[in-house]
Amino acid sequence: MAGAALLGRLTWQLASVVDVVPETSRVKTIVFDVPEWPGHRAGQHVDVRLTAEDGYQAQRSYSIASPPNRARIELTVEMLEDGEVSPYLTEELRPGDQVELRGPIGGYFVWEPSSGGPLLLVGGGSGIVPLMAMIRARAGAGSTVDTRLLFSSRGWDDVIYRDELAGLEGNGLRVVHTLTRSQPPGWTGYARRVDGAMLAEVAPPPADRPRAYVCGPTPFVEAVAEALVQLGHDPPSIRTERFGPTGG
Amino acid sequence: MDARMLDGNAVAGLLQEVFAVEITTAVGTCAGCGASEPVGAVHVFEGAGVALRCSHCDSALVKIVKDGSRVWVGFPGLRTLEVAV
Amino acid sequence: MSFVSRGFRGRRRDEADSARVPPGQYVTHDFPVLSAGPTPHTPLDRWDFSIAGEVDEPRRWTWEEFRALPSEEVTADIHCVTKWSKLNTAWEGVSIDTLLDGVDTSAEYVVQFSDGGYTTNLPLEDVTGGKAWIVFGYDGEPLEPEHGGPARMLVPHLYFWKSAKWVRGLRLQSQDEPGFWEVNGYHNYGDPWQEQRYWGD
Repeated sequence: MAGAALLGRLTWQLASVVDVVPETSRVKTIVFDVPEWPGHRAGQHVDVRLTAEDGYQAQRSYSIASPPNRARIELTVEMLEDGEVSPYLTEELRPGDQVELRGPIGGYFVWEPSSGGPLLLVGGGSGIVPLMAMIRARAGAGSTVDTRLLFSSRGWDDVIYRDELAGLEGNGLRVVHTLTRSQPPGWTGYARRVDGAMLAEVAPPPADRPRAYVCGPTPFVEAVAEALVQLGHDPPSIRTERFGPTGG
Repeated sequence: MDARMLDGNAVAGLLQEVFAVEITTAVGTCAGCGASEPVGAVHVFEGAGVALRCSHCDSALVKIVKDGSRVWVGFPGLRTLEVAV
Repeated sequence: MSFVSRGFRGRRRDEADSARVPPGQYVTHDFPVLSAGPTPHTPLDRWDFSIAGEVDEPRRWTWEEFRALPSEEVTADIHCVTKWSKLNTAWEGVSIDTLLDGVDTSAEYVVQFSDGGYTTNLPLEDVTGGKAWIVFGYDGEPLEPEHGGPARMLVPHLYFWKSAKWVRGLRLQSQDEPGFWEVNGYHNYGDPWQEQRYWGD
Protein backbone atom coordinates (compact mmCIF):
# COMPACT_ATOMS: atom_id res chain seq x y z
CA MET A 1 0.00 0.00 0.00
CA ALA A 2 1.26 3.46 -0.89
CA GLY A 3 1.08 4.65 2.69
CA ALA A 4 3.39 2.09 4.30
CA ALA A 5 6.65 3.58 3.09
CA LEU A 6 5.70 7.00 4.41
CA LEU A 7 5.04 6.06 7.99
CA GLY A 8 7.08 6.01 11.14
CA ARG A 9 7.45 8.58 13.86
CA LEU A 10 6.97 12.07 12.61
CA THR A 11 9.87 14.43 13.15
CA TRP A 12 10.19 18.15 12.72
CA GLN A 13 12.18 19.26 9.71
CA LEU A 14 13.45 22.64 8.60
CA ALA A 15 11.88 23.73 5.34
CA SER A 16 13.25 26.66 3.36
CA VAL A 17 10.99 29.25 1.82
CA VAL A 18 11.57 29.49 -1.92
CA ASP A 19 8.76 31.86 -2.84
CA VAL A 20 5.66 33.60 -1.47
CA VAL A 21 3.01 34.03 -4.16
CA PRO A 22 -0.21 36.06 -3.75
CA GLU A 23 -3.38 34.22 -4.74
CA THR A 24 -5.97 36.76 -3.60
CA SER A 25 -5.82 39.88 -1.47
CA ARG A 26 -5.73 37.79 1.70
CA VAL A 27 -4.31 34.48 0.52
CA LYS A 28 -0.77 33.49 -0.37
CA THR A 29 0.94 30.33 -1.47
CA ILE A 30 4.25 29.59 0.14
CA VAL A 31 6.64 27.34 -1.74
CA PHE A 32 9.06 25.30 0.34
CA ASP A 33 12.10 23.16 -0.24
CA VAL A 34 11.97 20.31 2.27
CA PRO A 35 15.21 18.36 2.10
CA GLU A 36 13.99 15.00 3.45
CA TRP A 37 10.47 15.12 2.06
CA PRO A 38 9.23 11.55 1.64
CA GLY A 39 6.43 12.39 -0.79
CA HIS A 40 2.77 12.80 0.05
CA ARG A 41 -0.81 12.05 -1.02
CA ALA A 42 -3.31 14.63 -2.15
CA GLY A 43 -5.37 15.77 0.85
CA GLN A 44 -2.66 15.36 3.46
CA HIS A 45 -1.44 18.21 5.61
CA VAL A 46 1.62 19.36 7.49
CA ASP A 47 1.98 20.74 10.99
CA VAL A 48 3.89 24.03 11.09
CA ARG A 49 5.60 25.20 14.27
CA LEU A 50 6.84 28.71 14.98
CA THR A 51 9.13 29.60 17.88
CA ALA A 52 9.63 33.10 19.25
CA GLU A 53 12.87 34.25 20.84
CA ASP A 54 11.53 33.73 24.34
CA GLY A 55 10.68 30.13 23.53
CA TYR A 56 6.96 30.65 23.02
CA GLN A 57 5.65 28.28 20.36
CA ALA A 58 2.59 28.19 18.18
CA GLN A 59 1.61 25.28 15.99
CA ARG A 60 -0.99 24.96 13.24
CA SER A 61 -1.91 22.47 10.55
CA TYR A 62 -2.02 23.43 6.87
CA SER A 63 -3.20 21.34 3.97
CA ILE A 64 -0.65 20.70 1.24
CA ALA A 65 -1.75 22.47 -1.93
CA SER A 66 0.78 20.91 -4.26
CA PRO A 67 0.12 17.54 -5.89
CA PRO A 68 2.33 14.55 -5.12
CA ASN A 69 4.55 14.86 -8.16
CA ARG A 70 6.02 18.29 -7.45
CA ALA A 71 9.51 18.55 -5.97
CA ARG A 72 8.55 21.46 -3.78
CA ILE A 73 5.78 21.58 -1.18
CA GLU A 74 3.25 24.37 -1.41
CA LEU A 75 0.98 25.60 1.33
CA THR A 76 -1.80 28.07 0.58
CA VAL A 77 -2.58 30.16 3.64
CA GLU A 78 -5.35 32.64 4.29
CA MET A 79 -4.39 35.60 6.46
CA LEU A 80 -6.78 35.74 9.40
CA GLU A 81 -7.15 39.19 10.95
CA ASP A 82 -6.73 38.08 14.53
CA GLY A 83 -4.61 35.09 13.68
CA GLU A 84 -1.33 34.31 15.30
CA VAL A 85 0.41 32.13 12.73
CA SER A 86 -1.23 33.10 9.43
CA PRO A 87 -0.15 36.77 9.56
CA TYR A 88 3.43 35.59 10.07
CA LEU A 89 3.30 33.13 7.18
CA THR A 90 1.61 35.52 4.76
CA GLU A 91 3.13 38.86 5.73
CA GLU A 92 6.50 38.24 7.35
CA LEU A 93 8.05 35.19 5.68
CA ARG A 94 10.57 35.84 2.92
CA PRO A 95 12.46 33.57 0.54
CA GLY A 96 15.40 32.19 2.45
CA ASP A 97 13.58 31.97 5.78
CA GLN A 98 13.19 28.60 7.39
CA VAL A 99 10.09 27.08 8.96
CA GLU A 100 9.76 23.96 11.08
CA LEU A 101 7.24 21.53 9.70
CA ARG A 102 6.40 17.86 9.97
CA GLY A 103 4.47 15.62 7.70
CA PRO A 104 2.87 14.49 5.60
CA ILE A 105 0.01 13.70 7.89
CA GLY A 106 -3.35 12.09 7.32
CA GLY A 107 -4.72 9.03 5.61
CA TYR A 108 -8.44 9.60 5.89
CA PHE A 109 -8.95 12.77 3.90
CA VAL A 110 -6.89 11.67 0.91
CA TRP A 111 -7.62 10.81 -2.70
CA GLU A 112 -5.54 9.46 -5.51
CA PRO A 113 -6.62 8.82 -9.09
CA SER A 114 -6.57 5.06 -8.55
CA SER A 115 -9.34 5.49 -5.93
CA GLY A 116 -11.73 6.40 -8.71
CA GLY A 117 -15.00 8.30 -8.53
CA PRO A 118 -17.34 9.86 -9.22
CA LEU A 119 -15.88 12.56 -7.04
CA LEU A 120 -17.73 15.39 -5.30
CA LEU A 121 -15.48 18.07 -3.85
CA VAL A 122 -17.11 20.79 -1.75
CA GLY A 123 -14.92 23.58 -0.46
CA GLY A 124 -15.56 26.71 1.56
CA GLY A 125 -12.96 29.46 1.30
CA SER A 126 -9.51 28.12 2.15
CA GLY A 127 -11.11 24.68 2.38
CA ILE A 128 -10.29 24.48 -1.33
CA VAL A 129 -6.63 23.79 -0.56
CA PRO A 130 -6.62 20.00 -0.03
CA LEU A 131 -9.26 19.67 -2.76
CA MET A 132 -6.95 21.55 -5.14
CA ALA A 133 -4.18 19.08 -4.38
CA MET A 134 -6.61 16.34 -5.44
CA ILE A 135 -7.63 18.22 -8.58
CA ARG A 136 -3.99 18.82 -9.52
CA ALA A 137 -3.16 15.18 -8.85
CA ARG A 138 -6.08 14.17 -11.04
CA ALA A 139 -4.89 16.44 -13.87
CA GLY A 140 -1.30 15.27 -13.53
CA ALA A 141 -2.40 11.66 -13.93
CA GLY A 142 -4.53 12.46 -16.96
CA SER A 143 -7.56 11.11 -15.11
CA THR A 144 -11.00 11.72 -16.60
CA VAL A 145 -12.93 10.52 -13.58
CA ASP A 146 -16.26 12.39 -13.17
CA THR A 147 -15.33 15.16 -10.73
CA ARG A 148 -17.50 18.02 -9.58
CA LEU A 149 -16.14 20.87 -7.50
CA LEU A 150 -18.62 23.07 -5.68
CA PHE A 151 -16.63 26.01 -4.35
CA SER A 152 -18.02 28.66 -2.03
CA SER A 153 -16.25 32.01 -1.83
CA ARG A 154 -17.23 35.47 -0.62
CA GLY A 155 -16.76 37.23 -3.95
CA TRP A 156 -15.17 36.75 -7.35
CA ASP A 157 -11.87 38.29 -6.27
CA ASP A 158 -11.76 35.96 -3.27
CA VAL A 159 -11.80 32.82 -5.38
CA ILE A 160 -8.50 31.08 -4.73
CA TYR A 161 -6.96 29.38 -7.80
CA ARG A 162 -9.70 30.94 -9.93
CA ASP A 163 -7.86 31.01 -13.24
CA GLU A 164 -6.16 27.65 -12.77
CA LEU A 165 -9.54 26.03 -12.07
CA ALA A 166 -10.99 27.59 -15.21
CA GLY A 167 -8.08 26.18 -17.19
CA LEU A 168 -8.53 22.69 -15.78
CA GLU A 169 -12.25 22.42 -16.50
CA GLY A 170 -13.21 19.77 -18.99
CA ASN A 171 -11.98 16.19 -19.26
CA GLY A 172 -14.60 15.22 -16.72
CA LEU A 173 -13.98 18.10 -14.28
CA ARG A 174 -16.82 20.53 -13.67
CA VAL A 175 -16.25 23.62 -11.51
CA VAL A 176 -19.25 25.35 -9.96
CA HIS A 177 -18.82 28.50 -7.94
CA THR A 178 -21.13 30.09 -5.46
CA LEU A 179 -20.38 33.63 -4.36
CA THR A 180 -22.03 34.34 -1.07
CA ARG A 181 -21.45 38.04 -0.42
CA SER A 182 -20.89 39.85 -3.68
CA GLN A 183 -21.15 38.94 -7.33
CA PRO A 184 -19.65 40.59 -10.41
CA PRO A 185 -21.96 42.36 -12.88
CA GLY A 186 -23.76 39.87 -15.10
CA TRP A 187 -23.19 36.96 -12.72
CA THR A 188 -25.62 34.14 -13.45
CA GLY A 189 -24.16 31.57 -11.08
CA TYR A 190 -25.12 30.67 -7.53
CA ALA A 191 -25.14 33.56 -5.10
CA ARG A 192 -25.92 31.97 -1.75
CA ARG A 193 -24.53 29.57 0.83
CA VAL A 194 -24.31 25.95 -0.18
CA ASP A 195 -27.57 24.18 0.62
CA GLY A 196 -29.37 20.98 -0.18
CA ALA A 197 -30.98 22.32 -3.34
CA MET A 198 -27.62 23.42 -4.73
CA LEU A 199 -26.00 20.12 -3.86
CA ALA A 200 -28.85 18.22 -5.48
CA GLU A 201 -28.19 20.14 -8.69
CA VAL A 202 -24.42 19.79 -8.65
CA ALA A 203 -23.62 16.46 -7.04
CA PRO A 204 -23.82 13.08 -8.70
CA PRO A 205 -26.94 11.25 -7.49
CA PRO A 206 -26.51 9.00 -4.44
CA ALA A 207 -27.17 5.98 -6.64
CA ASP A 208 -23.84 6.66 -8.39
CA ARG A 209 -22.12 6.27 -5.00
CA PRO A 210 -19.85 9.30 -5.29
CA ARG A 211 -16.95 9.86 -2.92
CA ALA A 212 -17.45 13.23 -1.27
CA TYR A 213 -14.75 15.38 0.30
CA VAL A 214 -15.92 18.45 2.20
CA CYS A 215 -13.48 20.98 3.59
CA GLY A 216 -13.69 24.43 5.14
CA PRO A 217 -14.76 26.15 8.34
CA THR A 218 -16.53 23.83 10.75
CA PRO A 219 -20.00 25.41 10.34
CA PHE A 220 -19.69 25.09 6.54
CA VAL A 221 -18.63 21.45 6.73
CA GLU A 222 -21.40 20.63 9.18
CA ALA A 223 -24.05 22.19 6.97
CA VAL A 224 -22.82 20.52 3.79
CA ALA A 225 -22.32 17.07 5.32
CA GLU A 226 -25.77 17.23 6.88
CA ALA A 227 -27.32 18.29 3.57
CA LEU A 228 -25.60 15.46 1.69
CA VAL A 229 -26.91 12.92 4.18
CA GLN A 230 -30.42 14.40 3.81
CA LEU A 231 -30.11 13.95 0.04
CA GLY A 232 -29.45 10.28 0.57
CA HIS A 233 -25.67 10.08 0.39
CA ASP A 234 -24.19 7.37 2.57
CA PRO A 235 -22.42 8.96 5.57
CA PRO A 236 -19.24 6.86 5.25
CA SER A 237 -18.87 8.14 1.68
CA ILE A 238 -18.58 11.71 2.96
CA ARG A 239 -15.15 12.64 4.27
CA THR A 240 -14.72 15.89 6.08
CA GLU A 241 -11.91 18.16 7.12
CA ARG A 242 -13.03 20.85 9.50
CA PHE A 243 -10.84 23.91 9.86
CA GLY A 244 -12.38 25.25 13.07
CA PRO A 245 -14.39 28.41 13.56
CA THR A 246 -12.72 30.72 11.09
CA GLY A 247 -11.28 28.30 8.58
CA GLY A 248 -7.72 28.19 7.22
CA MET B 1 -22.80 22.25 16.56
CA ASP B 2 -19.68 23.82 17.91
CA ALA B 3 -17.79 26.07 15.52
CA ARG B 4 -14.57 25.14 17.28
CA MET B 5 -15.00 21.43 16.80
CA LEU B 6 -12.49 19.71 14.54
CA ASP B 7 -12.21 16.17 13.25
CA GLY B 8 -9.69 13.40 13.71
CA ASN B 9 -7.39 14.86 11.03
CA ALA B 10 -6.54 17.57 13.54
CA VAL B 11 -4.81 15.10 15.86
CA ALA B 12 -3.32 12.90 13.17
CA GLY B 13 0.14 14.41 13.62
CA LEU B 14 0.04 14.10 17.39
CA LEU B 15 -1.11 10.47 17.26
CA GLN B 16 1.40 9.53 14.60
CA GLU B 17 4.08 11.09 16.81
CA VAL B 18 3.05 8.59 19.48
CA PHE B 19 2.09 5.48 17.59
CA ALA B 20 4.20 5.72 14.46
CA VAL B 21 1.25 4.57 12.39
CA GLU B 22 -1.23 6.61 10.41
CA ILE B 23 -4.21 6.53 12.70
CA THR B 24 -6.94 8.46 10.89
CA THR B 25 -7.98 5.46 8.82
CA ALA B 26 -8.07 3.15 11.86
CA VAL B 27 -11.67 2.31 12.73
CA GLY B 28 -12.76 2.83 16.32
CA THR B 29 -15.79 1.24 17.92
CA CYS B 30 -17.49 3.34 20.57
CA ALA B 31 -17.96 1.63 23.95
CA GLY B 32 -20.93 3.87 24.57
CA CYS B 33 -23.16 3.32 21.55
CA GLY B 34 -21.34 0.67 19.53
CA ALA B 35 -20.96 2.83 16.42
CA SER B 36 -17.82 2.38 14.35
CA GLU B 37 -16.08 5.10 12.38
CA PRO B 38 -12.62 6.03 11.15
CA VAL B 39 -10.59 8.08 13.61
CA GLY B 40 -10.47 10.78 10.93
CA ALA B 41 -14.21 11.24 11.32
CA VAL B 42 -14.45 11.53 15.08
CA HIS B 43 -15.14 14.88 16.70
CA VAL B 44 -12.14 16.58 18.25
CA PHE B 45 -12.33 19.12 21.05
CA GLU B 46 -9.42 21.09 22.40
CA GLY B 47 -9.70 21.81 26.10
CA ALA B 48 -6.90 21.61 28.63
CA GLY B 49 -6.12 18.42 26.69
CA VAL B 50 -7.65 16.95 23.57
CA ALA B 51 -10.83 14.86 23.64
CA LEU B 52 -11.91 12.66 20.75
CA ARG B 53 -15.64 12.06 20.87
CA CYS B 54 -17.93 9.68 19.07
CA SER B 55 -19.73 11.58 16.32
CA HIS B 56 -22.91 9.65 17.08
CA CYS B 57 -23.25 9.82 20.86
CA ASP B 58 -20.54 12.30 22.00
CA SER B 59 -18.90 9.78 24.36
CA ALA B 60 -15.27 10.58 25.06
CA LEU B 61 -13.46 7.88 23.08
CA VAL B 62 -9.89 9.02 23.60
CA LYS B 63 -8.18 11.67 25.73
CA ILE B 64 -4.75 13.09 24.95
CA VAL B 65 -2.57 15.22 27.21
CA LYS B 66 0.91 16.27 26.18
CA ASP B 67 3.79 17.93 27.94
CA GLY B 68 7.24 18.49 26.44
CA SER B 69 8.37 14.90 26.59
CA ARG B 70 5.37 12.74 27.51
CA VAL B 71 2.01 12.08 25.93
CA TRP B 72 -0.78 10.43 27.90
CA VAL B 73 -3.34 8.73 25.72
CA GLY B 74 -6.43 7.33 27.44
CA PHE B 75 -9.05 5.21 25.70
CA PRO B 76 -11.96 5.39 28.13
CA GLY B 77 -14.66 5.13 25.50
CA LEU B 78 -13.02 3.06 22.80
CA ARG B 79 -14.04 -0.55 22.79
CA THR B 80 -11.71 -1.51 19.95
CA LEU B 81 -9.46 0.08 17.41
CA GLU B 82 -8.99 -1.70 14.10
CA VAL B 83 -5.71 -0.84 12.37
CA ALA B 84 -4.66 -2.07 8.92
CA VAL B 85 -1.22 -3.66 8.93
CA MET C 1 14.79 24.60 21.86
CA SER C 2 17.19 25.49 19.12
CA PHE C 3 15.40 26.91 16.14
CA VAL C 4 13.87 30.38 16.34
CA SER C 5 11.52 31.63 13.64
CA ARG C 6 12.93 34.94 12.43
CA GLY C 7 10.54 37.75 13.17
CA PHE C 8 7.86 35.67 14.88
CA ARG C 9 6.36 37.26 17.96
CA GLY C 10 3.07 35.46 18.45
CA ARG C 11 0.11 36.79 20.38
CA ARG C 12 0.71 39.82 22.49
CA ARG C 13 2.26 38.47 25.65
CA ASP C 14 2.84 40.85 28.45
CA GLU C 15 5.79 40.94 30.75
CA ALA C 16 3.42 41.53 33.59
CA ASP C 17 4.15 41.88 37.26
CA SER C 18 5.83 38.57 38.03
CA ALA C 19 4.28 38.48 41.46
CA ARG C 20 0.95 37.93 39.75
CA VAL C 21 1.99 35.61 36.95
CA PRO C 22 2.86 32.04 37.91
CA PRO C 23 5.92 30.37 36.40
CA GLY C 24 5.65 29.43 32.73
CA GLN C 25 2.58 31.58 32.12
CA TYR C 26 2.05 34.56 29.84
CA VAL C 27 -0.65 37.20 30.14
CA THR C 28 -3.33 37.29 27.48
CA HIS C 29 -5.81 40.05 26.71
CA ASP C 30 -8.36 37.91 24.98
CA PHE C 31 -10.31 35.08 26.59
CA PRO C 32 -9.47 31.80 24.87
CA VAL C 33 -12.25 29.25 24.69
CA LEU C 34 -11.17 25.73 25.47
CA SER C 35 -13.54 22.85 25.83
CA ALA C 36 -13.39 19.08 26.21
CA GLY C 37 -16.74 18.62 24.55
CA PRO C 38 -19.67 20.25 22.79
CA THR C 39 -21.29 23.23 24.47
CA PRO C 40 -24.38 22.05 26.36
CA HIS C 41 -27.56 24.11 26.15
CA THR C 42 -29.60 23.20 29.19
CA PRO C 43 -32.67 25.43 29.34
CA LEU C 44 -32.87 27.40 32.56
CA ASP C 45 -36.22 25.86 33.45
CA ARG C 46 -34.51 22.47 33.53
CA TRP C 47 -31.26 23.59 35.16
CA ASP C 48 -30.55 22.82 38.76
CA PHE C 49 -27.55 22.77 41.05
CA SER C 50 -27.05 20.04 43.62
CA ILE C 51 -24.90 19.35 46.63
CA ALA C 52 -24.82 15.60 47.05
CA GLY C 53 -22.72 12.73 48.34
CA GLU C 54 -21.65 12.42 51.96
CA VAL C 55 -23.87 15.13 53.35
CA ASP C 56 -26.61 14.93 55.93
CA GLU C 57 -29.14 16.16 53.44
CA PRO C 58 -28.62 16.67 49.72
CA ARG C 59 -29.46 20.18 48.54
CA ARG C 60 -30.86 21.33 45.27
CA TRP C 61 -31.60 24.76 43.80
CA THR C 62 -33.53 25.60 40.67
CA TRP C 63 -32.25 28.53 38.62
CA GLU C 64 -34.66 30.93 40.34
CA GLU C 65 -33.68 29.64 43.77
CA PHE C 66 -30.00 29.81 42.90
CA ARG C 67 -30.28 33.40 41.63
CA ALA C 68 -32.12 34.39 44.78
CA LEU C 69 -29.11 33.45 46.90
CA PRO C 70 -26.78 36.22 48.02
CA SER C 71 -24.17 36.77 45.34
CA GLU C 72 -21.04 38.84 45.13
CA GLU C 73 -18.69 40.37 42.63
CA VAL C 74 -15.33 38.68 42.39
CA THR C 75 -12.22 39.94 40.64
CA ALA C 76 -9.59 37.30 40.09
CA ASP C 77 -6.56 36.34 38.06
CA ILE C 78 -7.07 33.05 36.25
CA HIS C 79 -4.39 30.67 35.02
CA CYS C 80 -4.89 28.05 32.35
CA VAL C 81 -2.59 25.04 32.19
CA THR C 82 -2.14 25.77 28.48
CA LYS C 83 -0.02 28.71 29.68
CA TRP C 84 -2.21 31.76 29.38
CA SER C 85 -3.16 33.85 32.38
CA LYS C 86 -5.78 36.53 32.42
CA LEU C 87 -5.61 39.17 35.12
CA ASN C 88 -8.43 41.01 36.82
CA THR C 89 -11.27 38.94 35.43
CA ALA C 90 -14.58 40.15 36.80
CA TRP C 91 -17.28 37.71 37.80
CA GLU C 92 -20.53 37.61 39.68
CA GLY C 93 -21.53 34.52 41.58
CA VAL C 94 -22.53 32.68 44.69
CA SER C 95 -19.83 31.66 47.14
CA ILE C 96 -19.47 27.94 47.76
CA ASP C 97 -19.55 28.88 51.45
CA THR C 98 -23.10 30.13 50.92
CA LEU C 99 -24.08 26.90 49.18
CA LEU C 100 -22.50 24.77 51.90
CA ASP C 101 -23.86 26.86 54.74
CA GLY C 102 -25.42 24.49 57.23
CA VAL C 103 -24.36 21.39 55.32
CA ASP C 104 -23.13 18.76 57.70
CA THR C 105 -20.35 16.62 56.32
CA SER C 106 -17.19 14.78 57.21
CA ALA C 107 -16.17 14.60 53.57
CA GLU C 108 -12.72 15.85 52.67
CA TYR C 109 -13.03 15.89 48.89
CA VAL C 110 -15.29 17.35 46.29
CA VAL C 111 -16.06 16.31 42.74
CA GLN C 112 -17.57 18.97 40.48
CA PHE C 113 -19.82 17.49 37.83
CA SER C 114 -21.12 19.19 34.71
CA ASP C 115 -23.49 18.84 31.80
CA GLY C 116 -21.72 16.76 29.17
CA GLY C 117 -20.01 14.56 31.76
CA TYR C 118 -16.93 16.61 32.69
CA THR C 119 -15.67 16.20 36.24
CA THR C 120 -12.82 17.60 38.26
CA ASN C 121 -11.79 16.93 41.83
CA LEU C 122 -10.37 18.95 44.70
CA PRO C 123 -10.01 18.89 48.46
CA LEU C 124 -13.07 20.37 50.16
CA GLU C 125 -10.88 22.91 51.92
CA ASP C 126 -9.92 24.34 48.52
CA VAL C 127 -13.48 25.45 47.84
CA THR C 128 -14.35 26.81 51.25
CA GLY C 129 -13.25 29.88 53.16
CA GLY C 130 -13.86 32.33 50.34
CA LYS C 131 -11.88 30.46 47.68
CA ALA C 132 -14.57 29.38 45.23
CA TRP C 133 -17.82 30.46 43.64
CA ILE C 134 -20.46 29.30 41.24
CA VAL C 135 -20.45 32.23 38.84
CA PHE C 136 -23.18 33.26 36.42
CA GLY C 137 -21.88 36.63 35.32
CA TYR C 138 -18.68 37.64 33.55
CA ASP C 139 -17.63 41.21 32.89
CA GLY C 140 -21.04 42.55 33.83
CA GLU C 141 -22.98 40.27 31.46
CA PRO C 142 -24.58 36.85 31.80
CA LEU C 143 -21.94 34.18 31.38
CA GLU C 144 -21.88 33.03 27.76
CA PRO C 145 -22.36 29.35 26.95
CA GLU C 146 -18.93 29.03 25.35
CA HIS C 147 -17.38 30.22 28.61
CA GLY C 148 -19.45 27.87 30.73
CA GLY C 149 -22.81 29.60 31.01
CA PRO C 150 -25.36 29.60 32.52
CA ALA C 151 -23.04 28.86 35.47
CA ARG C 152 -19.54 27.56 36.04
CA MET C 153 -17.23 27.00 38.93
CA LEU C 154 -14.55 29.58 39.72
CA VAL C 155 -11.55 28.42 41.78
CA PRO C 156 -8.87 30.96 40.86
CA HIS C 157 -6.06 29.66 43.02
CA LEU C 158 -5.76 26.48 40.95
CA TYR C 159 -5.30 25.95 37.20
CA PHE C 160 -8.51 26.73 35.42
CA TRP C 161 -9.36 23.15 34.43
CA LYS C 162 -10.28 22.84 38.11
CA SER C 163 -13.12 25.32 37.51
CA ALA C 164 -15.71 23.24 35.72
CA LYS C 165 -17.78 24.87 32.99
CA TRP C 166 -21.51 24.09 32.86
CA VAL C 167 -21.30 22.88 36.45
CA ARG C 168 -24.44 21.22 37.83
CA GLY C 169 -23.29 20.22 41.27
CA LEU C 170 -20.75 19.14 43.82
CA ARG C 171 -20.42 15.66 45.22
CA LEU C 172 -18.77 15.58 48.64
CA GLN C 173 -16.76 12.43 49.30
CA SER C 174 -14.36 11.01 51.86
CA GLN C 175 -12.37 9.49 48.99
CA ASP C 176 -10.63 11.55 46.38
CA GLU C 177 -11.75 10.72 42.84
CA PRO C 178 -9.57 12.01 40.01
CA GLY C 179 -11.66 13.71 37.36
CA PHE C 180 -11.77 13.86 33.56
CA TRP C 181 -8.27 15.22 33.04
CA GLU C 182 -6.72 14.08 36.33
CA VAL C 183 -7.03 10.46 35.23
CA ASN C 184 -5.23 11.26 32.00
CA GLY C 185 -2.00 13.09 32.83
CA TYR C 186 -3.00 16.36 34.46
CA HIS C 187 -1.90 16.90 38.03
CA ASN C 188 -4.27 15.83 40.76
CA TYR C 189 -4.06 19.17 42.63
CA GLY C 190 -2.95 21.78 40.08
CA ASP C 191 -1.28 24.65 41.95
CA PRO C 192 -0.02 27.10 39.29
CA TRP C 193 2.48 28.62 41.72
CA GLN C 194 4.22 25.28 41.99
CA GLU C 195 3.67 24.65 38.30
CA GLN C 196 1.75 21.43 39.00
CA ARG C 197 0.56 20.82 35.47
CA TYR C 198 1.14 17.10 34.94
CA TRP C 199 1.57 13.84 36.84
CA GLY C 200 4.82 13.84 38.67
CA ASP C 201 5.24 17.61 38.73
